[in-house]
Amino acid sequence: MKLNRMVAISETGFVFDAETGDSYSLNPLGLNIVEMIKNRMSVEDIKERLAKEYEVTHETLDKSLDDFIWSLKGFNIIENE
Amino acid sequence: MNKTEVTVAATGLNNTDNPGPGIPFIRGLKDSKEFQARIIGLAYENLEPGIYMKELVDKSYHIPYPTAGSDVLLKRLEYINGEEKIDVLIPNFDAELYTFMKASKKLGDMGIKTFLPTLEQFEERQKANLNEFGKKHGIDVPFGKTATAESEIKVFAKEYNYPIYVKGKYYDAYSVYDYDEAKEAFNKIAAKWGFPVILQQCVSGNEVNVVALGDGKGNMVGAVAMRKLYITDKGKAWAGVTLADRKLIEITEKIIGETKWRGGMELELIKDKNGKYYLLEINPRLPAWVYLSVGAGQNLPEALTKLALGLKVEPYDKYEVGKIFIRYSYDIITDINEFEKLSLYAEL
Repeated sequence: MKLNRMVAISETGFVFDAETGDSYSLNPLGLNIVEMIKNRMSVEDIKERLAKEYEVTHETLDKSLDDFIWSLKGFNIIENE
Repeated sequence: MNKTEVTVAATGLNNTDNPGPGIPFIRGLKDSKEFQARIIGLAYENLEPGIYMKELVDKSYHIPYPTAGSDVLLKRLEYINGEEKIDVLIPNFDAELYTFMKASKKLGDMGIKTFLPTLEQFEERQKANLNEFGKKHGIDVPFGKTATAESEIKVFAKEYNYPIYVKGKYYDAYSVYDYDEAKEAFNKIAAKWGFPVILQQCVSGNEVNVVALGDGKGNMVGAVAMRKLYITDKGKAWAGVTLADRKLIEITEKIIGETKWRGGMELELIKDKNGKYYLLEINPRLPAWVYLSVGAGQNLPEALTKLALGLKVEPYDKYEVGKIFIRYSYDIITDINEFEKLSLYAEL
């Protein structure tokens, strides 16, 4: 999983896809996750990190993160290697 | 650097909610580091806003509608040229281009330079000929058909299903969802622009546009890709952003290379969900959003003027991505005397 090379993300969480002109806003947690993906962390590592940082059950974390990654792929912000 | 003084006449001063490219073209030229341009506005109507934009347009003249023919136009331009000594004339409307192309040699004899597509280039990219254009140049085009009778709508829609586009030969396009809407659009367009009316298959996806300039020898002088961010109810871009879409620029380069396109152009394409591009239209002039190209680093109005003057032009090979234009409306306060002068003397 990696960031689409045409996507620029600012430190405020604003996302701009230079190829399509689409733009999105990430909340701080979303930005944190995208930064982790940008740094080539695996989904498992991201889950582990989030589980340490937030009080959340594994079930909720799994579902929420999978949904979020699914959305990022749908919006072409990230892509498979 | 000393700027070269140049007198440039331009049409398309209708900076309205359905804007002509005249004012954005002039803004680009006023930004030029090479030219000190005196601008002569050529207007068809008394209330074209550009006439009253004194900071951009130095003097304006009425010119006759294209339907009056090139002889009448030339006579008027001869008078204007006598007063202003025009170096370059840039027409900005599709509907007037044919008349100006026909008159270009005589304009040249008057010392007025133009840089227009050839009649062959102009005809080849007409909406009615777009299927053939696509086949010839290996570019995907949604199927289109010319129609002269309402009854042809039903046959077309049976094959391609609604929605379809109903388009005028020069301007106007309606996306219609059933026969009643199609019939209404057909009659509106036929009444305004005449026959044939074009029926076109609707391909779903994102509309993307390119403004570009060809040197007439097959070289692309510049090209900027844009996606509309806000569209008016007339389908006009009210905001847009420059894109980094290499494929779009390659398609543009191919079209300019193969047609040896001469002058400004705007490509309208649809990018479908699989990333495939379909060419919807080629407009044979710079579009009303051309000032975005200036903001993104390609002063295409300046480059077009240089081409018309026969000067060497270095091609642009990049532009800034993520540059946005946002239009706005603005009230010019002027005096009835100004309107009076224009009405009585056809110049201001």
